[in-house]
Amino acid sequence: MAETIQLEVTRYSPENDAAPAFQRFEVPYRKDWVVLDALNYIKDRLDGSLSFRWSCRMGICGSCGMMVNGEPKLTCATFLSHYAPGVVRVEPLRYFPVVRDLVIEMTDFMVKLRQVKPWIIRKEEKSIADGEYLQTPQQLDAYKQFSMCINCMLCYAACPVYGLDPLFAGPAAIALAQRYNKDSRDQGAKERMDILSQHEGIWGCTFVGECTEACPKHVDPAGAIQQYKLTAAKEWFKSLLMPWGTK
Amino acid sequence: MTPHATKGAAQYTTHHPRWYRTRVSTYWWLWKWCYLKFVLRELSSIFVAYFVVITLLQIHSLSRGPEAYARFEERMRSPLMIALNAISFLFVVFHTITWFNLAPRAIDARLAGKRVPGILIAGSNYVAWLVISAAVAWFILR
Repeated sequence: MAETIQLEVTRYSPENDAAPAFQRFEVPYRKDWVVLDALNYIKDRLDGSLSFRWSCRMGICGSCGMMVNGEPKLTCATFLSHYAPGVVRVEPLRYFPVVRDLVIEMTDFMVKLRQVKPWIIRKEEKSIADGEYLQTPQQLDAYKQFSMCINCMLCYAACPVYGLDPLFAGPAAIALAQRYNKDSRDQGAKERMDILSQHEGIWGCTFVGECTEACPKHVDPAGAIQQYKLTAAKEWFKSLLMPWGTK
Repeated sequence: MTPHATKGAAQYTTHHPRWYRTRVSTYWWLWKWCYLKFVLRELSSIFVAYFVVITLLQIHSLSRGPEAYARFEERMRSPLMIALNAISFLFVVFHTITWFNLAPRAIDARLAGKRVPGILIAGSNYVAWLVISAAVAWFILR
């Protein structure tokens, strides 16, 4: 008989259940299978009602983030072999409301993302005839790391501050704000600072640092937030010493 | 208004009637060693503040003459104060090391367009710590 592995998966049917509960499934164990393969096996062969999000299966779309044995992971990049022969526990991303089974509600993140204006802001747009906005490799290097974010929200599930204070802007949104602040083509740092220098912005972060550990793209949101704090502090001192210079 | 008032139905809230929200446990910081380490680091600030107060009291008693300073030293010799200071010292060392190690993440220093390696930023903090400690030790013990 082929080798198998057990999965303990959160089930929650909003119409019927007062609270989520675990359901156990036995799936074939293959060394080249990731947790997402096992979930798809369950959906295809064992229980078609299991709900979860996924898309690209290659760590780019950021859809398949879930808690695997208590850690936020992209299930498309988390191998069953890492947990074999033990039971693999799959839960919806922590700190987000659960819509059904492993599907979380992400509107809060989407709202926060839009608030930090993650796009290039120009005081005056160049005309098309003036050509592209050129950038040196060094200028690209200044923000490239932060631009690798895939909005998978694993960092939110790793952040106890977000869990305790849902108003906190959160790691990915701040890292993405920093991505545009550090872009030589952008002129919107002041606008973003006004939003993120509030209590629920950068100052909500207490540097637990787990967002960086959880990030599958090595973005280092914790570093981005601390660097942002340093900039905010410098700006505050500048405005104190030279109040006429900030206008 | 509950669309599906079935038996054992979820608690309905005004805006999002059917989402399930998990409460964060009061003991979330015991889930993982890194969370506990974080809480201990935050807690260590109290001991840093305590050391500042003790140093201020020491300077204050020094300014009031040798007798006052002798009384201060006498108070510091009690087993309770020694135990408290030993614990505080451990926390302050923990605080210092954890923050020095985190410093490279918070500082995006660049030289000739390249980011300065973290070890240089953390290392310069440690060197400064050693040099200043050695200078203070030399001043007191000479």
